[in-house]
Amino acid sequence: MRVTVDRDQCVGAGQCVLNAPDVFDQDDDGVVVLVTDEPGVQDRDAVRAAGDLCPSRSVTVHED
Amino acid sequence: MTTSPGPTVVDFPLRTPEEPLPLSQYASHREQSGLVRSYLPNGMPIWLVTRHEDVRAVLTHPKISANPDNEGFPNVGATMGVPKQDQIPGWFVGLDSPEHDRFRKVLIPEFTVRRVRDLRPAVERTVDERIDALLAGGNTADLVEDFALPVPSLVISSLLGVPSADRDFFESRTRTLVAIRTSTDEQRATATRELLRYINRLIAIKDKWRGDDLISRLLSTGQLSHEELSGVLLLLLIAGHETTANNIGLGVVTLLSNPEWIGSDRVVEELLRLHSVADMVALRVAVDDVEIAGQRIRRGEGIVPLIAAANHDTEAFGCPHAFNPERTERRHIAFGYGVHQCLGQNLVRVEMEIAYRRLFERIPTLELAVPMDELAFKYDGILFGLHELPVRW
Ligand code: HEM
Ligand code: SF4
Repeated sequence: MRVTVDRDQCVGAGQCVLNAPDVFDQDDDGVVVLVTDEPGVQDRDAVRAAGDLCPSRSVTVHED
Repeated sequence: MTTSPGPTVVDFPLRTPEEPLPLSQYASHREQSGLVRSYLPNGMPIWLVTRHEDVRAVLTHPKISANPDNEGFPNVGATMGVPKQDQIPGWFVGLDSPEHDRFRKVLIPEFTVRRVRDLRPAVERTVDERIDALLAGGNTADLVEDFALPVPSLVISSLLGVPSADRDFFESRTRTLVAIRTSTDEQRATATRELLRYINRLIAIKDKWRGDDLISRLLSTGQLSHEELSGVLLLLLIAGHETTANNIGLGVVTLLSNPEWIGSDRVVEELLRLHSVADMVALRVAVDDVEIAGQRIRRGEGIVPLIAAANHDTEAFGCPHAFNPERTERRHIAFGYGVHQCLGQNLVRVEMEIAYRRLFERIPTLELAVPMDELAFKYDGILFGLHELPVRW
């Protein structure tokens, strides 16, 4: 699994950080940053949840 | 396009003291194909959206607007008693992208998960002081008046950097604003004016003597005019007051009926979903012809997405009416969805968690002072909640 984020589109709601803190963070401007773009097995469900919960559709999960 | 004979017309979700959150009506609307047509109390035709998937589609559609200046925007306010603040510059919840995003971008850093974590000690102090006051006042209280309303107001005023000496003034005016039932339109207009005047004075002071607070930081960005900044601050104050208070009050009732969950921090998300206090808050209008759930919505037609209906949709949540903090579906939209999704949500989570934890830790014998069926629910405003919550210990 890979994950990408669209920083221009992010509205900083923090749903991603709340769900998968090991994968997502927010920079000083509150915009999403990736801690890793290849989530470990233990984080995969949380990353899928973040992809679904992100209100601005800024988190894309690639299941490859 | 669909070939169905035309939309079903239903009564505007009628709230009654018996069913202040009309979930049974919502359930039957969800079973109709497409969307259902309805009329606001003022006679305006609108589309009611009740499925989880459709509400999310509406709230992320590029041709569906949150701007009340657009022709056809559902005006629930005029008939349901909420003051109209949307002409105030900086009231960005009523702006569409990209105008909206300029405000949101400036504010995001103040409400990140991390920033809110730093606010925990201040929230804890506020909550504890209110509990001290409850305990000093005897062994009964109205938990809405004496706890649920003051806590969010005091938290937001400390966040904004309102000096402690002025917090009572601040709190009493915002109280007037949210007291839809007991204050008149004129009293609310006066309170809005007084608050704006106070906010403007505060901005002028912070502009001269910058401190470590939200207003000073926003000034330092140089991105907002003073007029816009005062509108933004008023929005923060109003958006986060009664919404949070209603959640705190309703949550206490739910926890008292489910005491096995008292003390668990896991209840917060489920309480947000279950009560969905901001049911009718996210109003919209189509600014082009669009299609939602196979239903053509024409430009200029108003849309009322119902957040509580979406959060009680059986397609999205198993046994949605049950309070089940262990449920695995996490897709509730109590804070809305799309670019306007609640800016204060991380703060709310902290406030709710601390409020319940400290309240039941410090007053373990807390109980309702009236029978459950005598509780006064709000069926006459756009937010769901309790007018009063008499308790004893
Ligand atoms: C439990 C309490 C709360 C609930 C249920 C709630 C709910 C909502 C909802 C549903 C929206 C979306 C409105 C729309 O789409 O038109 C919203 C937006 C907003 N909320 Fe909250 N809210 C709560 C507390 C707060 C707090 C404490 C604050 C401030 C500190 C706040 C500030 C805002 C702001 C500024 C917006 C507009 C965001 C934007 O347009 O980008 N809210 N809220
Ligand atoms: S959930 Fe989406 S909008 Fe929110 S911070 Fe993460 S990427 Fe940004």
